[in-house]
This record gives sequence, C-alpha cells and structure tokens, in this order.
Amino acid sequence: MHISGQADFAQRLLKPDLPCPSGLKTWNGSDPAPRFAVYRNNVVVSLVDALAQTFPVTQALVGEAFFRAMAQVFVHAHAPTSRVLAHYGAGFGDFVAEFPPANSLPYLADVARLEMLRVRAFHAASPAALDIKALAPWLANAQALDSLTLVLHPSLQLLQSRYAVYGLWAAHQSEPGQWEQALAQVDPNEPQTCLVFRDGRDVRVQSLGDGAARFLVGLQQGLPVAQAARGAERQDPGFDVTEPMAALLRHAQIVGISSFGDTAAD
Amino acid sequence: MAKQQPARTSLPCGVGLGLKHDQVPHLLQSPGPLRFVEVHAENYLVDGGPFHEDLMQVRARHALSMHGVGLSIGGDAPLDIGHLRALRALLDRYEPKAFSEHLAWSGHSGIFFNDLLPLAYTHDSLQRVCDHIDQTQAALGRRMLLENPATYLEFEDTEIDEASFITQVIRRTGCGLLLDVSNVHVSGVNHHRSVHDYLRALPLDQVGEIHLAGFSEQSDARGDPLLIDSHGCAVAPAVWALYAFALGLTGPVPTLIERDNDIPAWEVLLGEAAQAACMLDAVAQVPLCT
Repeated sequence: MHISGQADFAQRLLKPDLPCPSGLKTWNGSDPAPRFAVYRNNVVVSLVDALAQTFPVTQALVGEAFFRAMAQVFVHAHAPTSRVLAHYGAGFGDFVAEFPPANSLPYLADVARLEMLRVRAFHAASPAALDIKALAPWLANAQALDSLTLVLHPSLQLLQSRYAVYGLWAAHQSEPGQWEQALAQVDPNEPQTCLVFRDGRDVRVQSLGDGAARFLVGLQQGLPVAQAARGAERQDPGFDVTEPMAALLRHAQIVGISSFGDTAAD
Repeated sequence: MAKQQPARTSLPCGVGLGLKHDQVPHLLQSPGPLRFVEVHAENYLVDGGPFHEDLMQVRARHALSMHGVGLSIGGDAPLDIGHLRALRALLDRYEPKAFSEHLAWSGHSGIFFNDLLPLAYTHDSLQRVCDHIDQTQAALGRRMLLENPATYLEFEDTEIDEASFITQVIRRTGCGLLLDVSNVHVSGVNHHRSVHDYLRALPLDQVGEIHLAGFSEQSDARGDPLLIDSHGCAVAPAVWALYAFALGLTGPVPTLIERDNDIPAWEVLLGEAAQAACMLDAVAQVPLCT
C-alpha cells in the first residue's frame, strides 16, 4: 500500500457510510467489504468497551443499549488521539451535555465528568505524603498560616455541579438490586460539589460543603492556608478550617509545603 | 539448518500469561505453572497509582515481558518520538526480559485506532518497516521481537509474501520473532494458505517467544470461514496442534497464553498454561526434527 493507501484505509474505518477502500484482495475473489468491516467493528467495539469501563454509572443511568449507541457516536466524532487509552473519554462529559437524545437527563454529563475524574485520580502520580512533623511547627502558630501554602496530592480534584452528582453516583455503589431504590431517594436537582482523590490504592468520592469546597479551591490556586480559610468563611459562616485540614492529613493529601514568597514546590 | 539456540530473549523457557491488572492478586497467590507474565506497555504509560505499584510487586517475583500495541511499526508515517521516549523510560524502570511489537499499524494522522491494521508487503514498506525497527531498537536500547499478524485482508499491490517479508525484516534489522501461532492459523484460514509452509519459511531460529490465543469464527462474502483474532476464548485444538508442529521445528520457546476478552476463572487460565507447559516439557525431551 502506498502512502495514500493507509490514509484512505484510516479514513474509511471511522466512516461506515463510505465503501471499503479500493486495492483490497481476497483469496476467493469474494467482496472484501465484510472483511474490512471486521476492522471497523474491532475499532469501534474496543473503544466503546473502553468508555463503558470508564463510565459505569453513566451507563447504568441510561441502560446499556442507549449508552453503547451514544458512545458509538462519540467514538466516530472523537476518536482517540493518544495511544494511552486510560484517559480516553476526557471529552465525553461535554459530549453528553450536547447530545440531544440525553436531554431529558440534564445531570448525566456531570455524572460522566465525575467518573472521568475518578479515572484520572486512579492513574495520577504517586508522590509521598508530607511527614506530619514537617507541618507541626506551622500548625502551632496561627500567624504562620498566613504565609503557608500547601501542595495537594495530584489526584485531588473537585467537581461543582448544579445537580446531585454525588448522590447519583453514590446510589450506584449500593448493593446489587438496591440501586434503583437508592436512586429513587436522590433529588437530582440538588446542587452538589464532589471531591475526588486517591488515598493509597483507593479512589474516594465525597460530597463537600460550600465552605470546604471554597477552601480547597483556594489551596489549589496556591493561596496561603489562612487566606483560603477566610474565603471559605465568607462563603459559609460555619466553616471550621480544622476539619478539612484534618481530613487532608488523614488521607495523605498534603504532599508539599512552602511559605509564601517561596516559589511553590512542585 | 543449525539448531543452536541463540539467546533470543532472557525470558525463562516456560509458560507465561498475558496479565490484566485485576488478576495481580491471583498471580501473587497462586502462580501455578507460570514462569513469566506479559503486560501491554501502553497500559502502564500513566503517571502513578495502583497499576505501577502492582507491576513493581509482580516484577519482584516474576519475569516480565512487555508487549507494545501502539507503535505503528507498519505505518507509513514516521514513528512517534515521544512514544518511543515514554517506552524507553518504562522499559528502563521495569527492565522486562523481552519487548515485542507488531507488524501492523494502529494510528494515522494523529488518530489512534486501538487495533492492529494490515499493511501491503512491498519493497517500499519493507524498507520502511526495517527503518522503523532500527529506530525503535536504537531508541529503546534493546533488541525487540516482531510479531507476525492476524489479518483479514490482502492488498492488490503486494509484492512479497508475508513470511518472506518477515524473514527479510529479521535478517536486516537483527530483531527477533514473536511467533504468534494463533495468528498463523487465523491468517492461514483467512487467506487459504498452508500454515506449515508458512512456518517453515520463517527464520524459526530467531523465535524468542510464542503466543497462543483463542479466535472466533465468522464467514466472508462467499461463505468461506473468516477467523477473528478475538483473544476471547480458549486456545482451539487446531492451534494446539500447530503449536506442537512449531515446537518440533523450534525446540522449547517461552510461550504465552493471551486472553483479553471474556476472561475466565484464574484456574481455567492456569489449566491452559499447564497444557502448554506439558507440551514444552515434551519437546525438551526429544531431539529437534528438521
């Protein structure tokens, strides 16, 4: 096959409406189209399978047939650009949001975005947690918190949603057979913010209050602890900084510190 | 032909299994007859997390083979330098006993198809494949094994038969052969060619590893059988028979059972591994036939 041969073959793989490429041959002189269709099928099915693995709750919410049909449209429109398929589907949430047949489930896109964050957290780098002793002098001195910035674990991510994305996801974690009952308890229109992080081997998903969410966003932006806490208090007068700080330490989510004015540790 | 066995890989000459991440606990608890495991390199091109932790544990106890599926050695485009660098870092980190890739292409113009696509065997493509393998072996700092493909189509502008093409690639580049016996059977049926002639035409003294896997069966537009390299069921009797024939020509070779879909219970996989181990043992007892 000359240079244009593979380009043509490649293009026709993802365009099922086009006939199979010219220049193909079979030993018995049969029409090569069904043989070319094996490649088309391998490509689409393997990629739809990869999406099904990443988005199990999204699939459960719409059913397997709907999910696979939707995923197939996604594959044709957004074939992978990386050989590393672990991150394939990064744009799936945005695609779902604009996919008209899924309009009746406005929360579906955020559920998909949450599932993608879980995969990213699973494969995120594994830096060693900070030794709590390194942090102790800072925590003992309230003024020091004005200049202390934290480097959080690279797996830690937030998702703010207008929908009950945590409740919908968590309902699916219930025992088999009880998922529909658990789902019925969820009001999908309750806005929720999710925290996703990996603690050791386990990816965890938690629902966050407004104050804690604001605090963590502040820390991720590189604000000193005290300043991030003040922002959180403005958002949520009942916010208590000791709770999220204790949780960050308990789950080994602080991987570095620097004092304000230093270049932030990577 | 001389049947001296050069050190074509440092894999132990026993049976291995293509390993999925969630099988790691099984492997660590009950390795059965397994002497090595093989993983897909691209699955480990992630920053961190349990995949890497587990692979470290696995390699501490078992010989490791890394099998690439995304390099596009048979592609008409230049190799992706960034991917080669990432592979080099991965290989340096885990020091597998073998690295292998496919005589196929899997991407074009920035799109990755996640499948092994066929190429026409021409004098041009022969040169290109040799250049790609030279570049790969230099970039990775290792000799690689090249796997013969399972294909469903042939090309009108083919100038060289597949076995001769592979033979020339191996002679020119010094790479070894990953002999996928299932692929020999699948392609043999799909293109109506003699699997025994095909095997005898390959440089079998350069086989560093053998693959065995299951296939599924469809039919083509004329109703003739069309076998699909699905890796989704047990190794078929015809493939076991061809494996025995191949071992008669090669002598004992590290042999991998591949299973990527519809994965059965661990004991079932160990059963297939045990069968291959028996056949390896049997061939180790007898002098090589010619």
